[in-house]
Amino acid sequence: MQFRFEPRGERSRLWSVASPVLAIFVTIMATGLIFAVLGKPPLLAVYTFLVVPILNLAGLSALAVKAAPLIIMGVGLSLCYRANVWNIGAEGQFTLGAIAGGGVALAFANAPFWLLYPAVLLSGVAGGMAWAAITAILKTRFNANEILTSLMLTYVAQYGLIWLVTGPWRDPKGFGFPQTALFSASATTPVIVPNTGIHLGCLAAPFIALGIWLLLSRSVLGFQLRAVGLAPRAARFAGFSEVRLIWTAMLISGGLAGLAGIFEVTGPIGQLTTEISPGYGFTAIIVAFLGRLHPIGVIFAGLLLALSYLGGDAAQMNLGLPSAVTGIFQGILLFSLLGCDILILYRVKRIVPLKLPAGETA
Amino acid sequence: MSAPQDQTPLLKLIGITKQFPGCLANDHVDLTVGQHQIHALLGENGAGKSTLVKMIYGVMKPDAGEILWQGERVTIANPAFARRLGIGMVFQHFSLFEALTVVENIALGLNNKADRIGLADRIVEISTRYGLPLDPAASVHDLSVGERQRIEIVRCLLQNPKLLIMDEPTSVLTPQEAKKLFATLRRLATEGCSILYISHKLEEIRALCEAATIMRLGKVVAHCTPAAHSARELAELMISAKLKPNDFAPRPISDRPPRLILDRLTIRSNNQFGTDLTDISLDLAHGEIFGIAGIAGNGQSELMEALSGEIPSGKPEAIILDGIKIGHEGPNERRRLGGSFLPEERNGHGAIGGMSLSENGFLSGHVRGSLHRLGLIDRKRSFDFAQSIIHRFDVRTTGPAAEARALSGGNLQKFLVGREVLQAPGLLVINQPTWGVDAGSAAAIYQAIVQLAEAGTSIILISQDLDEIFLLCDRLAVIAGGRLSAPMRVADASIERIGLLMGGTAEAREVAHAVPV
Repeated sequence: MQFRFEPRGERSRLWSVASPVLAIFVTIMATGLIFAVLGKPPLLAVYTFLVVPILNLAGLSALAVKAAPLIIMGVGLSLCYRANVWNIGAEGQFTLGAIAGGGVALAFANAPFWLLYPAVLLSGVAGGMAWAAITAILKTRFNANEILTSLMLTYVAQYGLIWLVTGPWRDPKGFGFPQTALFSASATTPVIVPNTGIHLGCLAAPFIALGIWLLLSRSVLGFQLRAVGLAPRAARFAGFSEVRLIWTAMLISGGLAGLAGIFEVTGPIGQLTTEISPGYGFTAIIVAFLGRLHPIGVIFAGLLLALSYLGGDAAQMNLGLPSAVTGIFQGILLFSLLGCDILILYRVKRIVPLKLPAGETA
Repeated sequence: MSAPQDQTPLLKLIGITKQFPGCLANDHVDLTVGQHQIHALLGENGAGKSTLVKMIYGVMKPDAGEILWQGERVTIANPAFARRLGIGMVFQHFSLFEALTVVENIALGLNNKADRIGLADRIVEISTRYGLPLDPAASVHDLSVGERQRIEIVRCLLQNPKLLIMDEPTSVLTPQEAKKLFATLRRLATEGCSILYISHKLEEIRALCEAATIMRLGKVVAHCTPAAHSARELAELMISAKLKPNDFAPRPISDRPPRLILDRLTIRSNNQFGTDLTDISLDLAHGEIFGIAGIAGNGQSELMEALSGEIPSGKPEAIILDGIKIGHEGPNERRRLGGSFLPEERNGHGAIGGMSLSENGFLSGHVRGSLHRLGLIDRKRSFDFAQSIIHRFDVRTTGPAAEARALSGGNLQKFLVGREVLQAPGLLVINQPTWGVDAGSAAAIYQAIVQLAEAGTSIILISQDLDEIFLLCDRLAVIAGGRLSAPMRVADASIERIGLLMGGTAEAREVAHAVPV
């Protein structure tokens, strides 16, 4: 029996929702298989990876904390990708947000909270935007591919951070560790659920997703971004400026990545160090696609990918598996998702042998 | 001729059936092509002609039915197998690399490396034998569309085919070029190569073909001898309805100052292989329909984009609409001043396939229809606007929420024409309004254009279809190589002169300028 893919002729609404579900299922099966090959009982391993981390309140709050940057960056990237602008450098914009906001937090450590904290957040957003603006200008002025420039700028940002925290910004009382002084209370993101790590950023994330969803679906700007992504010529025909829309998409996604960065360093981390992100900016790309480039879908995708970080820790502690399983899980998930997405535009059809009409000749 | 195997038809299709999702493209189609025969396959856009020949050429496989080649049943699995049988095909859209030379393009299509030896000589030999002049060393991007077609024909002839399939070959040719092509095809037929000729142009089929198979909505409706029927009878078979004489009453031309003035409009194409526009000048009266004829790729798309504002001109005074200089303005400013535009390409230019009809209405209607408020889309008004287009133009769809890509070509075109017409524009520029559109929708579109002109709208109609221009327009000019000929009244224009202008020859330009209108 042979099968082939046959074009549906239109997008299947069912499969654009079912495809991520199938992809998650395939990923769990594949991950279980890898656990089995590594000599661990697959069911227990999958249970440890995906369920154990959220069995208690501490686990749930850790999930919220990990999901916040993923969701905030994921919605920004969704908007960007909808506009056909391929910003791969959220990690770098996250880093610049942390540097810019962190710099303000260190410089004015003694300013009052109501003045300093908003200034820190705004500087974080501005830092992310500025970093994204480099990519935007290279794209719009010199037609440089944004995938390459935004990715390369990520490494520049990371080395810049390392230089700062090992050099000029290093805490003089820090025994030579590569880190800045702890931020003052005025520059610390408030915890909103006492005795957990759940901070203001966790609360902001779903509202940001909602806001971006409304922007995309209801506003003229959102329409323009979607139009330029679906059909650039039609957008030009409608009088929308592609250059302006590239700038808008880059600045919004860069600004949100910067916001995620400043929430992270003024919240859970509390200072600048060389390791401020376990690759959130790259994971956010998976989050955006798994969430169907839809801000509300991104919330769920962000929670799942956040779980993969916690699961990696749990698998390492309880089963002695390397923490690389997080990356493996994320990779298989993106791979399966892109594979399953073929079902949105194609259906699987069995090839039937040619029926020859008998006796019907002449 | 008298040998018995000559009586066996070269190709015989029996009960060929092909089902696409939601559409039976071929329904038990029978077709017989004799030896030495030029056989016409006739039908409207969407009748299933292309699907049928794709199955003969092995691009698609039939769901049911059988194919007999010289009396033997064959399964044509792929185009390579079709070529081995001796079937060659010249597609409507060429597959040539613009940056390569003629001989390089042909070499790329060869399966066998050894065939490349002496290829240039064989190209010259074949092209002279069949009257298809071609320089093997020329770069494709320097060649006209007619010359490009010759490359495709020579590419087929190199394989000594027994059957040559030609899909709408004259749609890209001037009348003179078409005549030369016919001579080549007749010569091929006498030398033993049968030809399956796909077209919807009736006169050329009557002149060229010995037999015809007429298709409608996936079915064969008649096998006949074209010369024995009038073009009108063939047309009626093809579209099933009795044709009404479609004469629109002549409209009085207003003596008010011109609505639109183009003054030496010069534009660089934004496509590497596009055509730059040079010194386009034109006055357009109120209520006038002005036709722009020409062969595809001579600057029509660029003219469309220059008029819509997608490629603004550096000089404001190059385009003057109702006395206002707008050459430097973008599309929305031009719309605000009463312009409406509809490009040739529906999907991805005039409309966005993945968006709803409501959103597609918003796409160009948002300026004059005030479909937004405070930066937000007014969803109710957008929905109502789409609803009124659907209603007024009889668009067959489930409603404004339907995605544009779910509509057939004709229905989507009606929607888009409706979108522009309902904005009551002062100026409408429309490119290829009935390309790939069924006869019923085309009639509705013509009606809408004429009514708009009667209401005082000035219309520029860019079309490759001369019949359409002669039917609708008051005056016309020919675009060739990015230059526009002097305008002439349709009543005074002759096909021969237009054909010469379409070829863009220097003599023709002189003729055009020597006879002021």
